[in-house]
Amino acid sequence: MSFPGKTAGEQIHVLERIDLEVAAGEFVCIVGPSGCGKSTLLNIVGGFLQQTRGEALVEGQPVSGPDPRRIFVFQENGVFPWLTVRENIGFGLGQKSAEERDKTVAHYTEMVGLTGFEAAYPRELSGGMRQRVEIARALAASPDIIYMDEPFGALDFITRLKMRSDLIRIWQAEKKTILFVTHDIEEAVQLSDRVLVMSKRPATIQTVIDIDLPRPRDLDSPGYLHKRDAIFQAMGMSVRIGA
Amino acid sequence: MSDDTPPQRAARFSWSVILMPLGVAVILLTAWHIAVKVSGHDIFPTPLEVLRGFGELVQQGLLLKYIVASLFRVSWGFSLAVVVGVPLGLLIGWFSPVFSALNPFIQILRPISPIAWIPIAILWFGREDTAPVFLIFLASVFPIAVSATAAVQNMQPVYLRAAQNFGLSKGQLFRRVIFPSCLPQIITGLRIALGIAWLVVVAAEMIAVDSGLGYLIIDARNAGKRYDLVVAGMVMIGLIGLVLDLVIRRLERFDEVRWGYSNR
Repeated sequence: MSFPGKTAGEQIHVLERIDLEVAAGEFVCIVGPSGCGKSTLLNIVGGFLQQTRGEALVEGQPVSGPDPRRIFVFQENGVFPWLTVRENIGFGLGQKSAEERDKTVAHYTEMVGLTGFEAAYPRELSGGMRQRVEIARALAASPDIIYMDEPFGALDFITRLKMRSDLIRIWQAEKKTILFVTHDIEEAVQLSDRVLVMSKRPATIQTVIDIDLPRPRDLDSPGYLHKRDAIFQAMGMSVRIGA
Repeated sequence: MSDDTPPQRAARFSWSVILMPLGVAVILLTAWHIAVKVSGHDIFPTPLEVLRGFGELVQQGLLLKYIVASLFRVSWGFSLAVVVGVPLGLLIGWFSPVFSALNPFIQILRPISPIAWIPIAILWFGREDTAPVFLIFLASVFPIAVSATAAVQNMQPVYLRAAQNFGLSKGQLFRRVIFPSCLPQIITGLRIALGIAWLVVVAAEMIAVDSGLGYLIIDARNAGKRYDLVVAGMVMIGLIGLVLDLVIRRLERFDEVRWGYSNR
């Protein structure tokens, strides 16, 4: 999968030439400072925004709009509040028979740990649980790629750790390709196979860092800290707070 | 900030919800009675006289007849307004050319009080039921259309994007996502419109027809200065208005729309 592209958002030149490749089944993170355009990039790739110049190609095909083969997970409010958990998760399964749909929904409900909440409505759930519903909904549609735009950004620290753990577990079971945008450097190191570091506006991929650490990732290991520091350095940041 | 535990739900019934208004009512009725007696007014009725007036109307079989007449007109006018206003509002909100074309007319017609339409209504429809129904329709259709338009225009873009992501057709998109997401605001528009409709039916009946609660009030005064019946009619109008509002509020309780209103 490769996409070369030049884009500009409004009159602000947000993205310069972006070249990146993601192999099937890989977990790739895009990190960058706030406002660098990483969400814009993901939205273009996902087909929600159109680039002003150049082309966006996914698997050799130009992106013409959102595609059910590539499901987008949003940061907040992506779950439909008028549907139950069960109905949300089964949302993309209209083609299947009722029996198959129920089976698929049950499978993914269990996978994200929401068994027992099938008949609940999103307003009755916590933020973390709502994100689980969204992830289950994305998975249930059997996409080739999952795009995630800071999906844990609205959650508290502890929940975020739990969600990351569960996401990795699910990813290892389902073997999906994931392109994950985050501003959280630690999150990128904890989750991905490769980290693409974006520069400030107009953004390009300034550094690519391979995270060849074993999973489960150990937050104490020197390898982890080394990778994290590499990203800090690439972004011109100090590891000493208050220095 | 949210954590991983689901939010608590509080549910408590207390007698004060019924006793407090009842208490206030008793106080107001007593004050009313005393005020009339003290002022020595011989035309404005006391609560007891109003109650007797009620009894009289019930005995003559008029109360039920008039209530049904008014409700009948409101039902027709309001239903027509829903059938016309909701699709119209949604179309205007969704398609910008339609918005550009039609919105100015809505904004011009909307501020014209339905009362101002009464002479034209009588001209077009005579003194039949159709005239009040027309007036109620006019009064209700604008709040309904406007709230539907606002609902579409204020829709969360996330819902649309998520739905498009799953490759829905236009029809499916509307049925499964656009309409359900707009429903809470539409229902709020219905509530407002129903209140207006009930207001208008009374005014319309005072001028245009020979039955109904509005007619009762104007006729009671004209035919014999029966202010006890006038006030009885007003009380009835108020009570039914309350019931109508409560009925429509029930619509807001459904799970499919409850999410659209903040918890109280």
